[in-house]
Amino acid sequence: MSAGVGVDLENLWIRFGDFVAVRDAKVHINGGDFFSFLGPSGCGKTTILRAVSGFLEPSEGQVLIGGKDMKGIGPNKRPTALIFQNLALFPLMKVWENITFSMEIKGASARERRKRADELLDMIALPDQGDKLPSELSGGQRQRVAIARALCAEPDVLLLDEPLSALDLKLRQHMRTELREIQKRVGITFIYITHDQGEALTMSDNIAVMRAGVIDQIGDGKTIYNDPSTAFAASFVGENNVFRGTVKQVQGDTALIATNRSGDLLARVSSANKGKMKPGDDAMMFIRPEAFALAPVGSEGDHFVTATVTNEEFEGNAFNIFMEGDGGKEMKVSLPNLGQSFDSHKGQPMTLQYDVQNAVALPAGDLATE
Amino acid sequence: MPRFLKEFFDRNGLGIGSLMLGLVLFWTIGLIILPQLSMLDFSFRPNLPPPEIGGPKDVYTMENYKYLVFGPEGGSQDYNAVDLKVFYRTLIAAIFVTIFNLILCYPIAYYLAQTKGNHIRIFALMLIIPYWINEILRAFALRIIFGETGVLNNLLVAAGVFDTPFDFIRNDIALYAGLGYAYILLMIFPIYNVIESLDRNQIEAARDMGASWPMIHRRVVIPYAKPGISSGCTMVFMLSAGALAAPQILGGPSSLWFTQLIYQQFNDNSDWPQGAAYAVVLLVTCILLVLAVMRLFKVNMGDIGK
Repeated sequence: MSAGVGVDLENLWIRFGDFVAVRDAKVHINGGDFFSFLGPSGCGKTTILRAVSGFLEPSEGQVLIGGKDMKGIGPNKRPTALIFQNLALFPLMKVWENITFSMEIKGASARERRKRADELLDMIALPDQGDKLPSELSGGQRQRVAIARALCAEPDVLLLDEPLSALDLKLRQHMRTELREIQKRVGITFIYITHDQGEALTMSDNIAVMRAGVIDQIGDGKTIYNDPSTAFAASFVGENNVFRGTVKQVQGDTALIATNRSGDLLARVSSANKGKMKPGDDAMMFIRPEAFALAPVGSEGDHFVTATVTNEEFEGNAFNIFMEGDGGKEMKVSLPNLGQSFDSHKGQPMTLQYDVQNAVALPAGDLATE
Repeated sequence: MPRFLKEFFDRNGLGIGSLMLGLVLFWTIGLIILPQLSMLDFSFRPNLPPPEIGGPKDVYTMENYKYLVFGPEGGSQDYNAVDLKVFYRTLIAAIFVTIFNLILCYPIAYYLAQTKGNHIRIFALMLIIPYWINEILRAFALRIIFGETGVLNNLLVAAGVFDTPFDFIRNDIALYAGLGYAYILLMIFPIYNVIESLDRNQIEAARDMGASWPMIHRRVVIPYAKPGISSGCTMVFMLSAGALAAPQILGGPSSLWFTQLIYQQFNDNSDWPQGAAYAVVLLVTCILLVLAVMRLFKVNMGDIGK
């Protein structure tokens, strides 16, 4: 299989009438990468996938696959294979016929196809299931057949449109690992569409976070999680606590934010916004639930937060504490369960501290709605 | 009581359930099976004047069937060449009409089923509304179009395609067009129904894998649409073979449809037993033909009901 064919989107615009589905997308996807487009439904991520696969012509801009402009090249002529959200297996064809349909199109003999199907069935750990109909397989097995069918065409780029969303939680988590392993084995570029940040973070080399047709941030999982560049990316990827306020002072990489409720707090300015935040600007500060630690009650300072506890939860691996938050939403704090004793604080004030490096200051913007 | 019957009554209650069951049984037994059995009975009896019915001469006989094959006793020919030829031609023509209809209607049904938008509803209405008009009126309308001084001939002669009007009626073109048009809805809607439930992603998946349009239809759409296609073909074939109005109005003077022979026996000759025998032969032959074709294309009886 040819490995390492990159995909580039250059100033890609896609419009449906007056509606802009994708706005000026610029993405470089390395050959052999597992690349995810992550965003809520309706953000345009599937539209991008359809433009890469050739079912949709961009209104402006280019799709390059392996450096070649794909303009005017139909989906049947592109070196891509698409796995549909509902898999779209052919119900009346046997599993092996499904897998080798791309070879049948090229006129391969039944014997050749059968041999290739058996190889692929071994690879997806479904040996001897070739003569069944797709309806006789379980959801996870059908999933793997769809992958084998797509790989049989020996594409340079595999496109996956939320293929795990129909599976139950356990299977979904199992398939994450499996997909990643298959991708490493075949070494081709995977472009993965999902609204599930867990899927994106665990599988991807790189992630593009999308919102309403705009790509907010591109980076690897750690960067996206630890160093978001917009308020949307910070609130969409993982859980996050938001503090609203205005910038009071900027010193080097840190900003002092005058928050609406919790007083003046220090935070690290996110890398993408260095030098862009000035005193007086509306700002948002984000601290992850796991970035807090308990502090002696009444401690004061620019990295302490005091609030009333409204609810508590024991999740097994962590104690979740919900507190009166900033801006309507509850503030969530997760303390790992290390066997410590934990006294209820319900209705009482509690003081927390955080490491300034773990608080991110961003210009105010739209938050993800869940 | 069998389980399905019990479930049926549990779901609908005894009163409504019996009413529905009674109506269905009345419909199938009283209006279809019993009259057909009576026709079958007729077909094996001699044609007797009323006083002799039930008398000593009223015995079962094969003579009505023999007549279709061998003609009148002591006739000049060994076989009833005229009627057999009409019978054979009717079947061939009905098959031809069916195939022609399938070729015409499959693309229409596919287009209707796989395209979204308001114009599809208008398109479907335009197909349906002409069927508000009586079948006989539609046949006469076609006669006006295809007649020697009809619209089509006037146009073709004016355009210089023909020097003299072409006789569409004598050449049976009007008849085939009439029969074809009479049943297009019965072909379109079963196919449309099936294709509408075909997941568009399957077509796109096939296209993504490099399949050409003919390949997509051959391997994905047609296998999926097979129940609809067989149901449409069965209906069109049965109804064309049994059509009476269109052949009567649009047929050429020399071309008879087998149903017209049946009609003549019943009406003009007042020979009900003979007519019944002809009708039974047509019915049985058509059913056997349909079953044979279904077997050839591996279609199950259950699929037709889909």
